[in-house]
Amino acid sequence: MSLNQRLPRSEPANEEAVVPRRGRGTELLLLIFAVGISTFAYINVDLGALGEVPADAMAYLGGFFAVSCIAHIVIRIRAPYADPVILPIVVTLCGLGLAMIHRLDIADDTSHATTQLTWMLVGVALFLAVLFFIRDHRILARYPYLMGLTGLILLILPLMPVIGHSIRGAQIWIRVGGMSFQPNEAAKIVLTIAFAGFLVQTRDALALAGRRFLGIDLPRARDLGPILIVWVTALGILTVQNDVGPSVLLFGSFVLLIYIATERISWIILGLMLIGFGIYAAYNVVSHVRERFDLWLDPFIDPTGQLAQSLFGLAYGGTIGTGLGQGHPDMIPIAESDFIGAALGEELGLAGLAAVILLYALLVSRGLRASLVLRDPFGKLLAAGLASGLLLQVFVVLGGVTRLIPMSGLTTPFLALGGSSLVMNWVLVALLIRLSDAARRPAPTDTPSFADDAATQVVRVT
Amino acid sequence: MNSPIRRVSAGCLLLVLALLINITYIQAFQADDLNARGDNRRVIIDEYARARGPILTRDDVPMAVSEDVGGEFQFLREYPEGELYAPLTGFYSYQYQRSALERAQNDILSGDDDRLFVRRLIDLVTGEEPKGGAVKTTIDSAAQEAAYEGLGSDKGAVVAIDVQTGEILAMASTPSYDPNPLASHSISEQNEFWTELKEDEDRPDLNRAIAQTLPPGSVFKLVTAAAAIESGDYDTETVIPGPAEYDLPLTDRTLGNQSGQACGSDDETTLTNALRISCNTAFAYLGEELGDDVLRDQAERFGFNAQPLTEDGMNAATSRFPDDPDEPQTVLSAIGQFDVQVTPLQMAMVTAAIANDGVLMDPYIVQEVLAPDLVSTVEQTEPEELSRAVSPDTAQQLTEMMVDVVENGTGSNAQMSGIEVAGKTGTAQSDPERPPYAWFTSFAPADDPRVAVAVVIEEAPDTARDDIGGGALAAPIARAVMEAVLG
Repeated sequence: MSLNQRLPRSEPANEEAVVPRRGRGTELLLLIFAVGISTFAYINVDLGALGEVPADAMAYLGGFFAVSCIAHIVIRIRAPYADPVILPIVVTLCGLGLAMIHRLDIADDTSHATTQLTWMLVGVALFLAVLFFIRDHRILARYPYLMGLTGLILLILPLMPVIGHSIRGAQIWIRVGGMSFQPNEAAKIVLTIAFAGFLVQTRDALALAGRRFLGIDLPRARDLGPILIVWVTALGILTVQNDVGPSVLLFGSFVLLIYIATERISWIILGLMLIGFGIYAAYNVVSHVRERFDLWLDPFIDPTGQLAQSLFGLAYGGTIGTGLGQGHPDMIPIAESDFIGAALGEELGLAGLAAVILLYALLVSRGLRASLVLRDPFGKLLAAGLASGLLLQVFVVLGGVTRLIPMSGLTTPFLALGGSSLVMNWVLVALLIRLSDAARRPAPTDTPSFADDAATQVVRVT
Repeated sequence: MNSPIRRVSAGCLLLVLALLINITYIQAFQADDLNARGDNRRVIIDEYARARGPILTRDDVPMAVSEDVGGEFQFLREYPEGELYAPLTGFYSYQYQRSALERAQNDILSGDDDRLFVRRLIDLVTGEEPKGGAVKTTIDSAAQEAAYEGLGSDKGAVVAIDVQTGEILAMASTPSYDPNPLASHSISEQNEFWTELKEDEDRPDLNRAIAQTLPPGSVFKLVTAAAAIESGDYDTETVIPGPAEYDLPLTDRTLGNQSGQACGSDDETTLTNALRISCNTAFAYLGEELGDDVLRDQAERFGFNAQPLTEDGMNAATSRFPDDPDEPQTVLSAIGQFDVQVTPLQMAMVTAAIANDGVLMDPYIVQEVLAPDLVSTVEQTEPEELSRAVSPDTAQQLTEMMVDVVENGTGSNAQMSGIEVAGKTGTAQSDPERPPYAWFTSFAPADDPRVAVAVVIEEAPDTARDDIGGGALAAPIARAVMEAVLG
């Protein structure tokens, strides 16, 4: 390894030797694995459930590989220094999600997988568009207030007459020209950008200490404005959407960013108190939240309900799972949505579900790594915000379906059926690719030789 | 900014660890508990997905089979004869577990038994769906039918034993129940039938042949007679007192004969005659002379105070001779009253031991355990001696007296043309409020014994109370069963 890295140093004239350092070859190799795993899972579903290899297996393999390759080529052109692990992880997660949705299609006689595949193509298209049009992430920092306003409008849209409508009691959808969309998935990204931009401008003021209490520097009262505004917005979302999950995600991401920006732990403490108060209020005011909490304490009061069936499924799958197509994940009501993690846990077992969780962890760690390495404050905040927000989301939804915490509706990124979530998460990945490219790219002021290599070496070792 | 980012990363790591620990707990440690829950449908589907092995009679009549009915719940457990074999097969129910052979032989029937391990391994490799093994019983379908039909609408039980091997040839109990609704794929049908079954005051789910003990009355005189002859002080012709009334020692109460008369001239009788006419006072005398220790020892050599059928896991009741009776209680015990409690199986064992030259064979129901192919034997039960109950000579004398009972005494209803039958009647009055228990126990042929049968009628709604008696009600059933076995 170290020998390889030194090679370009001894032969600085050889441009070819620089290529592996960018990791594009690694990415391609990992992509082949990702596509292989996805196709294998897809075939396995049919073998397990129907006892035959699906007729379109080769087309599936080819299509998946073609899409992955296009994404890979665009990364080569537009973000050549991007982290090589991010795209393969996302492709694997999408592939596993598709396989499980296809598996539930077989059991329920539906055709969600085709829809999901279409949305994935839309997602990849947006992914490519982001890489093409946003050449430098710093342009996103220019209009934080406009971004914030856009985010708020996106959140409010489902409440608008005509376009807004509700599905299963959740007023979080808009319908335009026959297509349904959840604007809060987009709001999640837009608001993270807004938070990062806003905090870059105001962090010095927010970092000023006010009074000291119990060894903690409390912020000045006049600086509490922003966090309170976000908190009130989160509470607003909670009442409108009847759910704690999105509010916790929005507010949690903001608190983490404000902490990273100011380096003051007092913001975390303040944030946790506000979250605690918000949840307590929600428990007492919103009946839906109380039901979920009660169900968390005793999931078996409803043995055919989602949580009980999720636990039964996980237990039934055990350590190594029933094998794809051979369990009963269709017994979990609407498993293809929030409970897809439990469905995977049943058929792939503890081993498979742990692998999925570790894929998320790896993806998030790549985002956080980019955040550490990036030199501009906005990029650091944005990468950290997107990555930790993603992990928070995974924790809330997977923790919910495995009864670690009470259930609170959030989608499982990349896995769950749902166009809005899938498409916007591809956008999120495009931003992470862009940020990691910026993080790993040699500093433009350096001359492209020794110093360049040295800088990159530091990046790789970190 | 890097140090808070690192701390946030550590926080993320903690959340990931929490998720991983939680799923490990659920999927690796809590899984067994979750899978054992009654409201877990996945396990029900699994249970019904496997072909459960059949339970067969010795002549290969199916007592319980699994039928492939397709659908989500693939296999349906069926009992083609319903009530007839219910006391033996028991039921197989998702909601209410299993009973009798379905419970005791569950591992074989479901295919989970360790003895089927290699076969399961082969199935795993060849991709065959695993099937359960078969249980072949000792039950003779003709004898079982004769017993069940003989009981008819009466409440009672019959046990028939092959005297030389201990094989149980028939085990009927009435009223019986149909196990089919309990095996239904409809949980509500299971619930409904279960409630009905549990609310039935006649307790059709009680296997009266082995699971319930009753006062034996006069059939216990066989044990007292055996003890007397074994003592060496008596033989068939020994003359003993047989007055109309016998003074119970230590009390001012007396014990009388059913007829109200003395059992012979000068208030004396031979042992043979005492048994023939079931003389209470003569056996009361024997009881007082022999004492409770001798009686208990004899009873235990016939199998009392020990649980039978433990190998088959049939949860049989233990028949009892009282632990520490005083003198009047001993006297009452000698004629099968006070606290003597027996199952029909126990009386059949007493009779079978007398028939088998005094050797008691260990009774059993499971003849053979077969592999899922229904051909290869996994395990075969070998007949086993349980104890020497009486000497061959005593057995011979008892046989002679029992033949006399059938030919000249209370058991004449058990006579068969061309075949000599040995038997003993009993009519046990336990409570003036309820009709007496009518007993009959017998074996045949007397010169070359093959089958022993014990019958008890608890209640006979179609018979007038005064007509209830072992000879009238129970003996014809015993004869029918013996005829069925001897062909």
